[in-house]
Amino acid sequence: MVKKNIHRIYMFLVFIFLYAPIAVLVIYSFNDSTSRGNWGGFTFKWYIELFQDRDIKSALYYTVLVAFFAASISTIIGTLSAIGLYNLKKGPRAIFMNLNYLPVVNPDIVTGLSLMILYLSVNMKLGFLSMLLSHITFDIPYVILAVLPKLKSMNKHLAEAALDLGATPSYALRKVIIPEIMPGIITGFLIAFTLSIDDFVISFFTTGSGVTNLSIVIYSMARRGVKPTINALSTLMLLAVLILLFLINKKSSLTNRDNKFDGGY
Amino acid sequence: MGNKIIELNNISKDYNVRVLDRISLFVKENEFLTLLGPSGCGKTTTLRIIGGFEYPTEGEILFEGKNINHVPPHKRQINTVFQKYALFPHLNVFENIAFGLRIKKIKEQAIKENVKSMLKLVGLSGFENRNIESLSGGQQQRIAIARALVNKPKVLLLDEPLGALDLKLRKEMQIELKNMQREVGITFVYVTHDQEEALTMSDTVAVMHNGEIQQIGSPVDIYNEPENAFVADFIGESNIIEGIMHDDYIVSFLSKTFKCVDYGFSRNESVHVVLRPEDIVIVEEEAGHLNGIVTSSIFKGVHYEMLIQTEDFEMMVQSTYKSEVGKRVGLSFGPEDIHIMSKEG
Repeated sequence: MVKKNIHRIYMFLVFIFLYAPIAVLVIYSFNDSTSRGNWGGFTFKWYIELFQDRDIKSALYYTVLVAFFAASISTIIGTLSAIGLYNLKKGPRAIFMNLNYLPVVNPDIVTGLSLMILYLSVNMKLGFLSMLLSHITFDIPYVILAVLPKLKSMNKHLAEAALDLGATPSYALRKVIIPEIMPGIITGFLIAFTLSIDDFVISFFTTGSGVTNLSIVIYSMARRGVKPTINALSTLMLLAVLILLFLINKKSSLTNRDNKFDGGY
Repeated sequence: MGNKIIELNNISKDYNVRVLDRISLFVKENEFLTLLGPSGCGKTTTLRIIGGFEYPTEGEILFEGKNINHVPPHKRQINTVFQKYALFPHLNVFENIAFGLRIKKIKEQAIKENVKSMLKLVGLSGFENRNIESLSGGQQQRIAIARALVNKPKVLLLDEPLGALDLKLRKEMQIELKNMQREVGITFVYVTHDQEEALTMSDTVAVMHNGEIQQIGSPVDIYNEPENAFVADFIGESNIIEGIMHDDYIVSFLSKTFKCVDYGFSRNESVHVVLRPEDIVIVEEEAGHLNGIVTSSIFKGVHYEMLIQTEDFEMMVQSTYKSEVGKRVGLSFGPEDIHIMSKEG
């Protein structure tokens, strides 16, 4: 009994440690006082102020735009890459999979810096396009990681069955393979979108004047002194990411159930 | 049965090792040919070469007399029923069967009629809107057959299509498949490791082992006149005994000389003698050709399977009468029950 309580208290402390900062941030975004020490009553005014700030509005626009295009393009490239990887022989596949993992574990700052140096070395102007390209680059491996398991759990004769029935390879891809791995593709898109929305380091290195995303705006605002609008903005970003995470989890728990069913017959 | 529709000439296939070694066989129109062998014998690879999913390393494959070595699967008039059916889970029963017809851009009305008549043929009328995953194994099997047959292929390939079904359903499906084949008049090439299935359904059986064809012939020939010890052993239970062919119609084994019906061997050639367990009759001691003691007796449903230890061989015997373990008995068989096989195969 005592042991059980100790376990509970320990768990409670861990969660406090993890979530207290976020809770504080959210609570203070509703605080009607500029000083962080006192509670001046409940207010939405920071949120209202947020949406009157032109810089923030433009950053929101770019964030969503980049996230949408980066997620879409990387989903297409990543899905096709995953199909290619899946059809490779075991040896080469292992090599390419490890090459694929490298960007995932590579520190963001290294990725960001190396992309920046690459763009500068080919005389590319840093701005919207360079940031978009960077986001596509770091999104692709995650899409591949989301799609590949769906391919592996698919009956390996499905594509052959389509060809056997007279389908050209591209018809088989469109009508059989893609619909079959759709849950993985959607999950990959959502992961890419989420990563793109909350990226700071890589965006910071690869964007140019006039084009910023929300993370960069928050960073520069924080340097000038923490205003409660930052809390409000961060809370909104947190909310957006939470919703996306929720969608991803729902999606993947659905597909897990499908997989179990596949194994049934 | 008419002309040769498929012909394999000296087909070999190498991956890292050689899995098929100079296979030659032909399939006639409307024939039911079965490739039979243990797993890893190359039977599925042979089927995949016919289907176009693998290309042969050497040799040529002819379809109606024309070389199709490098024709991709979607350009062959051949359809396949895959081992685990490979139905499209995101499509319903109707769309699965209609898949091939839609590619051929057939009119919607004709597609509907064709699918309907196919469902009738496989005994699943009214299943059009069902989900693939809601079907039992046997039903999925039938849909897979309907999906292939609706395209009116000249040849249907079946890769162990009944492997996942339980024994009773498998027996029913064997008969149904055979009837369907007669009804639609399509050439079937069937792959299985189940010798009983092969004997029940086929017009012709090709027994394969280690990437080579051991024997091709009618089920009766394969069973009664196995060409070598492997075939004899694989097709049903067999007693395979070392023997010497003294002259035409005279063979000796287990230190005794017997009359037989085989001829054409060299004088004193060393041979394999096959005695089918169901051809041996248990009689009183000293009343038969050989004497022995019953060492095991197992009930198998229709018959008992007994092992009888003779002086230097353990003989398997099948009989509907039980002999008690430990009893001394005699074994009797006639000249036509003795099958002689050359050791070279």
